[in-house]
Amino acid sequence: MRLSRKQLRAWSEKLIELAIRLCGISAIVFVFGIFFFVFREGAPFLAKIDLREFLFSDQWIPTSQTNPRYGVGALIVGSVSVTVLAMAIAVPFGVGAAIFLSEFCGPRAKEGLKITIELLAAIPSVVWGFIGLSVVSPLLIQVFHVPIGVNLFNGALLLALMSVPIIVSIGEDALKAVPDTYREAAVALGATRWQVVYRVLLPAAKNGLLAAVLLGVGRAIGETMAVLMATGHSIRIPHSLFDPIRTLTATIAAELGETSQGSEHYQVLFLIGLLLFLITFIVNLTADLVVKGIRRK
Amino acid sequence: MSQNPAISIETRNLNLWYGSFQALNSISVRIPHGRITGLIGPSGCGKTTLLRCFNRINERFGNVTTAGEISILGQNIYDPGVSLIELRKSVGMVFQRPNPLPISVYENIVFGLRIHGERRALGRAALDEAVERALREVFLWDDLKDRLHTRATRLQLEQQQKLCIARLLPLKPEVILMDEPCSALDARGTHAVEELMQALTGQYTIVIVTHNMAQARRVTHECMFMLMGELLEHCPTRDMFVHPCHPKTAEYVEGRYG
Repeated sequence: MRLSRKQLRAWSEKLIELAIRLCGISAIVFVFGIFFFVFREGAPFLAKIDLREFLFSDQWIPTSQTNPRYGVGALIVGSVSVTVLAMAIAVPFGVGAAIFLSEFCGPRAKEGLKITIELLAAIPSVVWGFIGLSVVSPLLIQVFHVPIGVNLFNGALLLALMSVPIIVSIGEDALKAVPDTYREAAVALGATRWQVVYRVLLPAAKNGLLAAVLLGVGRAIGETMAVLMATGHSIRIPHSLFDPIRTLTATIAAELGETSQGSEHYQVLFLIGLLLFLITFIVNLTADLVVKGIRRK
Repeated sequence: MSQNPAISIETRNLNLWYGSFQALNSISVRIPHGRITGLIGPSGCGKTTLLRCFNRINERFGNVTTAGEISILGQNIYDPGVSLIELRKSVGMVFQRPNPLPISVYENIVFGLRIHGERRALGRAALDEAVERALREVFLWDDLKDRLHTRATRLQLEQQQKLCIARLLPLKPEVILMDEPCSALDARGTHAVEELMQALTGQYTIVIVTHNMAQARRVTHECMFMLMGELLEHCPTRDMFVHPCHPKTAEYVEGRYG
């Protein structure tokens, strides 16, 4: 009796351990599974396509009956430009907010701000797209007298607001991780608060802040719904801030439902997915290496 | 009265509370210029608190209230008109754990000059000279003159602590506060820092908190013994260790508690 209870316990222990182990491995399994699936769908086309034309041509006419063309150059430019512009807006705000939270504000204001910022992160992207269409677009037309309100700038603004929460929370963690002895040393030498920030904290936390920015980039480049709704969805290389654009993500979202499975168009869309996979993978890997860089010190 | 040039720091009826806990109780003391004054007493007696009043760095955390007066160079540092930045320029501080900034040796030393923005002192040549002078003064020049651009956090602890003293010097402080500056160092490092302190006497007023009775005896000229937030005794070091006035002092310096 006693022995069997002991055995039972040993068995359940093993079972639980196995379950936990599976949970741990599942993340890896899923990521590779998704990658494999996307690759399998897109790969057949890799053989048929001129990679240079695919990447650099701005001719995206997949539905042509006679001569379909699959150049994602304009889409890449669209994705990159909206991301870069979004970061140009989000980084000063995000890093500024992180500095304010970790160095300047009182504990009560901090709580309130952090909750609000988390709330900002929780807004679904389709709602952002909605705001882009119905609020930002008329505003841009009114303020800048541009003909089309759904454009590069509109999308970038939304992406900036969406990636600020990430930049703030990771950036604040990076600043908090700077040992207090550094602050104390600088203060004891007569440094003002601002001098402590830009002479001591920013250099000491620069890797963490860079990681925060890169994670923001990852967020922005992968975002789909908001940019689909707010950037105008027109395939071209933008010449001004207020030109409509189209991104890689929005193209997949808009067109995949319309293609027949296994067609060339279908395969190319998966290839775009693969490209996005590659870009976000590189961005995340860089962020990871940069963060590891801090720890090693 | 505090015009007396031989007095660097004078406190009158200094009281301090952390929240509702009174950490300093009516401290009145005069600390002479150009000498080394030791602050001794058991843990929690308020000696570090008192030290951290002299550059008002204990106000970094919000719950501190102070009453009374501290005069440094004849000026009450609690006057509303006093600039904390100027105060901390003339009252430098060395901490328990060496805390060089994570920048180069060179930048650590010129950090003070840079943040106080003395334009004429910011030329390349002037900075180079300030670095050399400061490092020579703390006996580090020969060791570090070829490593000025190494990250300061990579130095040995002893060198780091000397560097922390060196970076105060370009600002020409009146007072150097030391909060157990040797407690993180080995015997050799302790010896080196003590030697350095001796070399700096005369020019600077040094106030040092120490738990090490032998060190207090070796390096200080005067000693203050504190207990439970009160100053029990302040006299020349020799007197304190040979015939202390207060029985509590006697018991402490003999090592019967604390």
